[in-house]
Amino acid sequence: MSYLIDGKTGKWELVMGLEVHAQIKSNSKLFSKASTFWGGKPNSQVELVDSGMPGALPVINEYCVDQAIKTGLSLNAKINKKSIFDRKNYFYPDLPQGYQISQFEHPIVGNGFLVIETEDGQKRIGITRIHLEQDAGKSIHDQDNQNSFIDLNRSGCALMEIVSEPDLNSPQEAAQYVKKLRAILRCIGSCDGNMERGNLRADVNVSVRKPGQKLGTRCEIKNVNSIKFIQQAIEYESRRQVELIENGQNISQETRLFDPNNGETRTMRGKEESHDYRYFPDPDLPPLVVNDDRIEKIKNELPELPDEKKKRFKEQYKLKDYDAEILVEDQFVSSFFEELAEKRDSKIVVSWVTVELFSYLKKKDAQLQDSKIKSKKIGDLLDLIINGSISNRQAKEIFEEYIETDLEASDFIKKKGVKQVSDKSEIEALIKSVLQKNVEMVNDYKKGKDKLFGFFVGQVMKESKGKANPQLVNQVLKDLLSK
Amino acid sequence: MTDFKNLDISTAKECLLKKEFSSLELTEFFIDRIKKSNLNCFITNTFENAIEMAKESDKKISRNREIRDLEGIPIGMKDLFCTKGVRTTAGSKILENFVPFYESTVSNNLISDGAVILGKTNMDEFAMGSANTTSFFGNVINPLKSSEENTKDLVPGGSSGGSASSVAANLCMAATGSDTGGSIRQPASFCGLVGLKPTYGRCSRFGMIAFASSLDQAGPITKTVKDAALMLQSMSSYDEKDSTSSRKPIPQYLDFLNFDIRGKKIGLPTEYKVEGLNSDIVKVWDDTINLFKKNGAEIVNISLPHTSFALPTYYIIAPAEASANLARYDGVKYGFRENSDDLEDMYELTRAKGFGDEVKRRLMIGTYVLSAGYYDAYYLKALKVRQLISDDFKSAFEKCDVILTPTTPNVAFPIGEKQNDPIEMYLNDVLTVPASLAGLPAISVTAGKNSNNLPIGMQVIGRPFDEISILAAGKLIEEYRSFL
Repeated sequence: MSYLIDGKTGKWELVMGLEVHAQIKSNSKLFSKASTFWGGKPNSQVELVDSGMPGALPVINEYCVDQAIKTGLSLNAKINKKSIFDRKNYFYPDLPQGYQISQFEHPIVGNGFLVIETEDGQKRIGITRIHLEQDAGKSIHDQDNQNSFIDLNRSGCALMEIVSEPDLNSPQEAAQYVKKLRAILRCIGSCDGNMERGNLRADVNVSVRKPGQKLGTRCEIKNVNSIKFIQQAIEYESRRQVELIENGQNISQETRLFDPNNGETRTMRGKEESHDYRYFPDPDLPPLVVNDDRIEKIKNELPELPDEKKKRFKEQYKLKDYDAEILVEDQFVSSFFEELAEKRDSKIVVSWVTVELFSYLKKKDAQLQDSKIKSKKIGDLLDLIINGSISNRQAKEIFEEYIETDLEASDFIKKKGVKQVSDKSEIEALIKSVLQKNVEMVNDYKKGKDKLFGFFVGQVMKESKGKANPQLVNQVLKDLLSK
Repeated sequence: MTDFKNLDISTAKECLLKKEFSSLELTEFFIDRIKKSNLNCFITNTFENAIEMAKESDKKISRNREIRDLEGIPIGMKDLFCTKGVRTTAGSKILENFVPFYESTVSNNLISDGAVILGKTNMDEFAMGSANTTSFFGNVINPLKSSEENTKDLVPGGSSGGSASSVAANLCMAATGSDTGGSIRQPASFCGLVGLKPTYGRCSRFGMIAFASSLDQAGPITKTVKDAALMLQSMSSYDEKDSTSSRKPIPQYLDFLNFDIRGKKIGLPTEYKVEGLNSDIVKVWDDTINLFKKNGAEIVNISLPHTSFALPTYYIIAPAEASANLARYDGVKYGFRENSDDLEDMYELTRAKGFGDEVKRRLMIGTYVLSAGYYDAYYLKALKVRQLISDDFKSAFEKCDVILTPTTPNVAFPIGEKQNDPIEMYLNDVLTVPASLAGLPAISVTAGKNSNNLPIGMQVIGRPFDEISILAAGKLIEEYRSFL
């Protein structure tokens, strides 16, 4: 069985559901024509509705509706042909209308699911619903001693709140879930999935129970904005809950915050302080009605989704499950891979992408998409390995330097003096000289000491200062020894 | 100066085109009267703009080019409509110094049609009131007086009290109003005028400060039915900026002049003979029924069985919506702010000092009926009853073409009365609220007077978007009222 927490009184099971807030990729906001461009001058992208001016009225951005439908379809979900916008009432300075337009009882997307890979194989995670809502603005507290400032550029941007079933049982599963969701959203282009910019953030509902018993009281950890933090928050929070219960205390249902500085969660507000949002249908907006034709059209325009692509990769490129999974997580990476694998042996391509390239990116803390590395750059190097100009090992040694140079691959290895000896006569000469120096061992080999073959290869490679083509060395050595 | 009192829009327009007088003369006449008036009809005057607009109209008329439908006609604009560069207060301290940088669609339509805006008319705070006594800028006085000796000043009705009073006192030729539960029809009735609330969705709500979004609807207050049609023509439009605005084609409202009332069925709802209905009003109602009979209309008794639930339903739905609509007035972005080091304090003080008592009362009612644990019992139930009330009208309109009722249960009352009991004040709306809940067009036209010479209005309610029929019925009442 999977993830369990060791407590004093035995093992505990973790039960979680996630509410992911994904900012919809759209040029304008959910109910106004203001731009959603990231990084604009504060309060430069604000229309009447976004600033709650008297007499301002919301008008739905149909593109955002399409994006939500697209997302629902790619999560195998039911699209509700009639959904209702509600007002969620609370006071906060960065909420200019004094209410957020959201969907409460009748969201645009109903039940769906996605599939994640776990140690025990595939697992289906239920999606309860997706609803559309407005984002709030931003309060800025560190510009002045006396005053706080408000930037309304984000106010009114479209969000999808994607709510999962409590189907997640480990920090890893939660991470897998968010990764998979992000992969799908990026693939269909409904969200950039950039967690640092906050366009994907998660509220994590955590509870613990003894296996087989009824669900425990849950705590909600608000606004966690990286996959690593999600895992840390869950680990800390579940342990905290186990300790409390084992010490005879009750879990109080509350909203908590995760502090990335110490990896702990702390109370934000208790149940008794929880808001009464007084949801009611927004009288400024008629029910949102979408027809079958529209849904069908969007369905037909869906790109190849990560799961389909994974299946295809496994078949077409003979990839292992794990390799296929990490390649399809990111649309850009999978295209990059396909460009490389088009004319090359997929085995060498997959190993170079998932091992060498990924570890380089990890070291640089970069994303492939933003790294400016072109597939041709990698392809040129792979071609030199494939045609025998350099060895795999040589390529690995110079890889980092090569990525950072502007030189062409062939020019670069020339400059570095890296060259593989693939000339048969040259190699023959090398081998002969090695064999002459080790006559006794040659005799032993011929008597049946097969293991000595490796020794000869090693000696030859050493003589050549690592430049000899290993395949050729093997082949020629075998020939000469059998004579 | 020529006396332009009692001039209606169509006559004025004819005279302007014949150059019998100029828009500037007309405008200056009204400006002069506004300056001399002590009825407190206007919150903000825009005389300088008005004179410019009048001169512009005169230019167009003299060149005889691009003459627009309301060219050079001076009107009042209820201070609920946001006007670009002109202070817009909604009658509240919280917006005392608010100057919009955008124009409401309704005011924009009127300005585009050549109307000359004299100023922003006084109103109950956020349109919450039936006597124009809740305005932060002071109450409005009705120019009409009871014929009894030594009587007090009367209320003009509300919430469009400044608009009604200014038209009745000849301070402008017509004015805009807004009607949520009777705010156009009731003051029109109290001031002896015509007030028309169009079908919900006919006039855009963009830039009109919201009270209760599902009920608010702009409309004209005028001296004559024909003027109401002219004003409505200009105010109506489909507006992509208002998602509840109707795309239904807009007819030529003056076509009502050719509408034949003969053979039409006039519905009389038995439920509207409410308790406390003034006997003078009952008499005028009967006279009006006879007028329709004499003119070849058929009178049919109809039933609107859920009428008695309309007022309580209205006083749940309207405050509920208002409680959210008015949340934006929090001192953060614009308008009045009472400073404090603490955010919660700032909110509380700003709203405590910025809103008047009636607004606060309704915000509290609205917040209460939407609260967890009360939502189902109040708000949700009210929505269901609202549907039943709409259905009542739907079935009634299978039997009749328009519905005839009094506009109000009483005539204009003295300022200061009904101030202590909000329920008594709310009862003013008992006959106007049902049509509002159903989103139906309704007109109030003066049909007679009581023994003290105070006007009595009759209300004609029509099918959705059938403004033509109610204008025609209103016209009949207007033509014959002197003989009643």
